[in-house]
Amino acid sequence: MRTLELDVDGWGGHRAGQHLDVRLTSEDGYQAERSYSIASAPGERLAITVEVLENGEVSPYLVEDVHDGDMFEVRGPIGGYFVWEVGEPEPVLLVGGGSGVVPLAAMARERARVGGTAPMKLLYSSRTWEDAIYRDELATLGLDVVYTLTREQPPGWTGYARRIDDELLREVAFPASDRPRVYVCGSTRFVDAAADGLVRLGYDPMWIRTERFGATG
Amino acid sequence: MSEPRTLDGNAIGGLLLELFGVELTAAPCICAGCGAREEVARLDVYVDCPGVVVRCRHCHDVMITIVRGPERARVDLSGTRGLEL
Repeated sequence: MRTLELDVDGWGGHRAGQHLDVRLTSEDGYQAERSYSIASAPGERLAITVEVLENGEVSPYLVEDVHDGDMFEVRGPIGGYFVWEVGEPEPVLLVGGGSGVVPLAAMARERARVGGTAPMKLLYSSRTWEDAIYRDELATLGLDVVYTLTREQPPGWTGYARRIDDELLREVAFPASDRPRVYVCGSTRFVDAAADGLVRLGYDPMWIRTERFGATG
Repeated sequence: MSEPRTLDGNAIGGLLLELFGVELTAAPCICAGCGAREEVARLDVYVDCPGVVVRCRHCHDVMITIVRGPERARVDLSGTRGLEL
């Protein structure tokens, strides 16, 4: 996992939740393109957080090989659906699986940066405590963060230790009567489980914005 | 068991931006098969095919296909009744 700060000519700023595409071109003209969520809040220096995937074509380069001053092609910002604006008054429930937390962290950073008053809660599902990114920073952003560690827990762990299910959602999520805004990001299976569970809790599907990602590396 | 490789319309936001020059993931799109109206971001997207296939999340009919060639891209919108911009 590595966070890269980018300087992009002509970059006009972005909204919390958007992503960008990185395109690499080899000497023989072969191109590989991948999407990465923007980790930084609007107004902060543009940054992406990249998880290295074995046998990936783009992520190993971005995590292991790229150096300060290197250049590559970027397209974006992308997305007008999976975005949150800090002026919206409704409570915000963020549900992230693995590196799906990246665009949600941009929303949390944005709220902290401009002093947003909407209640915000993050439910973060990670395989292990070590795999959970931004832990220290999330603790300083003034939102409620609930972890569930699905594969391995540190000694003395008293938090959740299973995949997201309806009971866990019922205990963590705002009641449906609060009419919260929801952003869910993670693998397809994770996103579908969380969104379907929230609908069973009485959430209107229109409150729930989802972004599925595939591990194409 | 491998993860199902269904993504959603967020995944082709960059491609659509390149082809059409506008942000389309938030644009409502109407399925020609069942009439459901959903933002592009809420449609099912398959990228492991030759090209990209976009399906309705309700009736699963094909709404859009995109095949990119070296010179141009071919976009088939026959499964889409309308797109609101």
